Amino acid sequence: MNDWSRALSANQAEETAAPMAPATGNRGLQIEEKLIFEQDSPGHCGVDLAEPAPFRSRLDGLERQSPIGLPGLSEPQVVRHFTRLSQKNYAIDTGLYPLGSCTMKHNPRLNEKLARLPGLADIHPLQPVSTVPGALELIDTLAHWLKTLTGMPAIALTPAAGAHGELCGMMAIRAALEARGNCRSRVLVPESAHGTNPATAAACGYTVDQIPADATGRVDRAALEVKLGVDVAALMLTNPNTCGLFESEIIKIAEAVHAAGAFFYCDGANFNAIVGRVRPADLGIDCMHLNLHKTFSTPHGGGGPGSGPVALTESLAPYAPLPWIVHGPDDLRLLEHKTGPAGQSLGRLKGFHGQMGMFVRALAYMMSHGSDGLRQVAEDAVLNANYLLARLTNELSLSFPGACMHEVLFDDSFLKETGVTTLDFAKALIDQGYHPMTMYFPLIVHGAMLVEPTETESKASLDEFIEVLKALATSARSSELPHFRAAPVSTPRRRLDETRAARKPVLRWGPEPLERDAPE
Amino acid sequence: MRYLPLTGRDRAEMLAVIGAPSIDALFADVPAAARLDGPVDLPKAMGEIEVERLISRMAARNISAGSVPFFIGSGVYRHHIPAAVDHLIQRGEFLTSYTPYQPEIAQGTLQYLFEFQTQVALLTGMEVANASLYDGATACAEAVMMAGRVTGRRNAVLAGGVHPHYREICETYARFVGFALQAQDSILRDEDLAQFVDRDTSCVVVQNPDFFGEVRDYSELAQICHDAGALLVVVVTEILSLGAIRPPGEMGADIVAAEGQSFGNALNFGGPHVGLFATRDKFVRQMPGRLVGQTVDADGRRGWVLTLSTREQHIRRERATSNICTNSGLCALAFTIHVALLGEAGLRRLASLNHAAAVLLAERLERLPSIRLVNRTFFNEFAIQLSHPAAEVVEALAGKGVLAGVPVSRFYPDWDEAAGLLLLAATEMTTAEDIDRLEQGLCEVLP
Amino acid sequence: MSVLQFTRDHEWIRLDGELAVVGVTDYAQSQLGDVVYVELPEIGRRVEKGKEVAVVESVKAASEVYAPASGEIAEVNEALAVDPAKVNADPMGEGWFLKLRLTDLKELEGLLDEAAYQQFIEQEQH
Repeated sequence: MNDWSRALSANQAEETAAPMAPATGNRGLQIEEKLIFEQDSPGHCGVDLAEPAPFRSRLDGLERQSPIGLPGLSEPQVVRHFTRLSQKNYAIDTGLYPLGSCTMKHNPRLNEKLARLPGLADIHPLQPVSTVPGALELIDTLAHWLKTLTGMPAIALTPAAGAHGELCGMMAIRAALEARGNCRSRVLVPESAHGTNPATAAACGYTVDQIPADATGRVDRAALEVKLGVDVAALMLTNPNTCGLFESEIIKIAEAVHAAGAFFYCDGANFNAIVGRVRPADLGIDCMHLNLHKTFSTPHGGGGPGSGPVALTESLAPYAPLPWIVHGPDDLRLLEHKTGPAGQSLGRLKGFHGQMGMFVRALAYMMSHGSDGLRQVAEDAVLNANYLLARLTNELSLSFPGACMHEVLFDDSFLKETGVTTLDFAKALIDQGYHPMTMYFPLIVHGAMLVEPTETESKASLDEFIEVLKALATSARSSELPHFRAAPVSTPRRRLDETRAARKPVLRWGPEPLERDAPE
Repeated sequence: MRYLPLTGRDRAEMLAVIGAPSIDALFADVPAAARLDGPVDLPKAMGEIEVERLISRMAARNISAGSVPFFIGSGVYRHHIPAAVDHLIQRGEFLTSYTPYQPEIAQGTLQYLFEFQTQVALLTGMEVANASLYDGATACAEAVMMAGRVTGRRNAVLAGGVHPHYREICETYARFVGFALQAQDSILRDEDLAQFVDRDTSCVVVQNPDFFGEVRDYSELAQICHDAGALLVVVVTEILSLGAIRPPGEMGADIVAAEGQSFGNALNFGGPHVGLFATRDKFVRQMPGRLVGQTVDADGRRGWVLTLSTREQHIRRERATSNICTNSGLCALAFTIHVALLGEAGLRRLASLNHAAAVLLAERLERLPSIRLVNRTFFNEFAIQLSHPAAEVVEALAGKGVLAGVPVSRFYPDWDEAAGLLLLAATEMTTAEDIDRLEQGLCEVLP
Repeated sequence: MSVLQFTRDHEWIRLDGELAVVGVTDYAQSQLGDVVYVELPEIGRRVEKGKEVAVVESVKAASEVYAPASGEIAEVNEALAVDPAKVNADPMGEGWFLKLRLTDLKELEGLLDEAAYQQFIEQEQH
C-alpha cells in the first residue's frame, strides 16, 4: 500500500465512525415541515389582489372586527409546504396498496384532464337547464352504463359516498314498506359486514340482528332463514362478502328474503370482482350501492370525495332521491321537486345534483375499458388475488378454504406464539416499503389481514410483494419480536401515541400552550 | 388495454401456479343462472383520443360560467382559484392516497387536515372543527342530529332563510332518522324565531348571510336558545363572507354547518364540494365525521393521527354518531391551500372585493325603474323584485348570453308571491362589462 | 364486611355501607386497552338492572357498561374525567365508575362471586 492510499483508508475509517446528526431533524429527502401557522409573515399574501375602489358598505355594522388569525405566506412558501407534506404520504402512485375492501386501483390521468374541461368544471348547477344539456347528457350516459352493468332498471346518482348510498337505499326500502302500510322493525346484517351497514340501519330506525358466518366464511343461510319473519324489513349483504368470497347461495337467499316480504340490499363495495361477469339484478338484489371511488377508479384523494350511486329495482325506483334526470320527447329534463313521476321520491339527500366531478371521471374510466375491458378488470382482479392466495397459503394462515374472489383473507394464526400481532406485522411491512393490508376487518376472524391487489398490479409487482411477505413471515417465526415491535423505523414518523391523542385531544393549532386537558 | 398490466402469458403462468384450468374456474361459486357468457351490451374499449372526443363533445354543449357575464350564487359561488392549488392537489401522493389510517405513512394528509381544522375554527370563530363532511347541506342535517344527541330533545326549528336544499335534506333526515322539524315559512324572512323556542327544542337553525343574502346578528337568538336549553346552529353557504362579517362563534353559535366550496373548489355543477363543521370543545365527542389530533411518536416528535374514532361507524357500528365514512379529502386540501395562499390580509381583501362588486351591482340595478332591491344588508348576493316573472327573465337573458342569477321560483314553484324574485351574486370575477351587459339585457327584456 | 360481586358483562359491584360501588373488572380493562374516556351518568338518574349506565371508550373500542342492579345514581367518579387511565391502572379501586343507592337488594343474589367470575373468564378465553 502506498502513502496516498494509506492516508485515504485512514480518512475512511474516521468518516464511518458516526454519521453527522442532522441539525434540522431532516433525513435526506425526508424534510421536517412546520405548520403554516408557525410560518406566518404578517400581512404577507400569496395572491395579488387589487384594493377595491371606495364603496358604501351594506353590512350595517355587522363587519368582522376581530382578526381571523390566519398566517400570511408567499406562493413559494405555500408550494414548498404542501410539496413537502405530499412527500410524507404513501399512495397508489407510489406502490401496491393491498387494502382489502378499498380497491386501490390505478387512477387514470385522462379522467383528471376531462373533469377539468371548462364545459364540465365551470358550470353552475343552477344555470338554466337549457344552457347545460351536455351535463345532463353525461349524467344520463353514466346512468345507462351503470344500469347495464348492474342489470337494474333505475339508479339514484346523488349520494356522495358509499355510506351515503347505503342510507339512500335503506330510506328507499323504508319508504316502500311505509307506502305498502307494512312497516317493519328489523334489519338482518352478517357479522362480517362493514360497520357502515349496521350504523345505517340503526340510523333509519331499525334494530339490527346479526347473522353468523358458516365454516366456509359465507353467511349461514339456515341461521338467516330462522331470523326472517314478518318484522324484517331487509337483509343487508355484501357480495362478494368481506372475506373475499362469493355468496354461492345468494339466489336462494334472495328467494327466502322476498318470500318473507323483505327487501334485499347489497353492499356493492366489492363489485370489482364481478363487474361485467355477473349482474346483481340476476342475483335477486333489489337495491345496491356502487362506489365510484372503488370499482370505477375515481381517486381516493386522501379520504374523499367519493360517490355512491344506488341501483334500484322497479319497486324501489319511485322513491329515488331528487333530482331525477328523465327523458323528455326530444331532450333531457331535470326534475327537482316531488311532482309528476317523482311524486313519491324520498326527497333530497344532497345539495344540487350529485358528485358531477366523479361522474365525469367514472364515465371516462368506463368508456376507456368498454364492456370487454370491464369484464377483463374483474377477471384480472380475481386472478391476481388467487395468485397471492396460492403462493402465500403455506406462509400465512388462510382463514377459509378454497379459492377467493378479488381479495384474500388471512388471520393471525400463523403468528401464534411468536408474540407478533397483526398490527406489528403490518408496521414491519411499512418498513419494507408497502402500505399494509386491511387489518382487523372483518371481525369474524382473529387478527384479520384482508389483501386486495386489484387488476392494475403487474405480475412482477405481485411477485415482489409475495417475497416480502414470505420474508416477514419467516422473520416473525424466528423470534425477531423486538424488530416487529419497533417497526416502522424508516418512516417520517414512527408509531404514534393514539392513546394520548384521544385522552388529551388537541384538534387545532393555537398560539397558547398546545396541551389541554381532556374536555369534560 | 392500457390500464391492465397482465399479459396473456402472465395469466397462463398464474393459472398454472393456482392450479386452475381457466379463469372461469375461479368464478365457480357464481350460480350458473347468473353467469354472463360475454360482455354486456355497451361499447367496447376506446383509446384516449376517442374518449376525449366523446366527452369533450358533451362538455362543448354547455355554456361555461367563465364565457359569459355570470351572476349565479345561491349556495355555489364562482371565485378565482390560484393556479398553484390545482397543481398541488394533483400530486399523486395527495390524489391517490387513502384515508390516513396508517399515520406513519400519511403525515402529509394528517398535517394538512389539522391545518384545515384550524382554518375552519378560526374562520367560524368556533373552538373545534372536523376534517370535513360531504357538503354544506349534509353538514346541516348532521348538525341537527347532533343537537338532538346533545340536548336529548327531538324538535328542531328551521328558519325561513335557510337554503331550500339544506331544508329539504333536513326534512328527509327528519322523516327517516326520527326527529321533528318545524320549517318556518320562507315568506317570513323577518326572523321572529323566538316564539318557536321551548323546552322541547333541540336547536334553531339559521343561515347567515341567508338564502336571500340578508346578514343579521343572531346574538339575541343565541341567548334565547340557551335560556331554553336549546342550541343555535348557524349555516353559512358562502364561507368567504366570514372574511367580512362577524363570525357565528362571536354571536353565540353552538354548531356551524357550512359549505367550503368557495375556497379552492370549482363549480363542478354542484359536486364534489366540501362540508365544514365546527362546534364547542364540550361537544366534541358528539361531533360526526373524522377528526385529526396532535400527538407524539415513539421518538417524541410531534405528529398527527385520526382520533376520537370510537364515535364512528367502524367501531360503534349501531351506536355510531353517524354512518359517515368519508370526508371530502381532496376538496378539503384545495380549501387549505387556497386559504394558505390568501392568508389574513388576502382573505379580508378578497371578501372586501366581493362586497364591493355586489354593492356596485346593487347600485346599478337600483337605478332601474322596474327593479326593487329587497335586502337591507348583503355580502355578495341579494334578492331583487322584478315586475315580471323572474324565471322568464332569466331564460330570456340566457338566450342573450347572460347568466342572470337564479329565480326563487326554481326552488319554490308553488310560492306565487315569489314569482318576481331574482337572486343575484357578484364576486371578484364580476367585471364592469358584465354589469353593463346585465343591465342592458334587463332593460331589453323587462317591460 | 363488603361483598364483591361480578356480572357476566365484566362489571363489579361492592356494597359499601348504604351505597353500592360499581366499576369494570381487570379482565375488562385488559380487553379494552388504554381507556381514553368514560361517559358517566347524571347524579340522580334512576337505572334498571341490566340497562346501560355508562360507556367506556378506548382507542380501538367503545363498550357499554350495564347496571348490575337497579337504583339511583348517588355519586360518580369525577377523577376519571381528568385521568381515565385509572380504569386501567386500578380498575377495582381508584378506577371505580359510580355509586348506586340500590332499590332491591335481592337483585344481588343472581350475581357471581369472585371464584365463579374467575371460572367464567377462564371459559371465555378458550
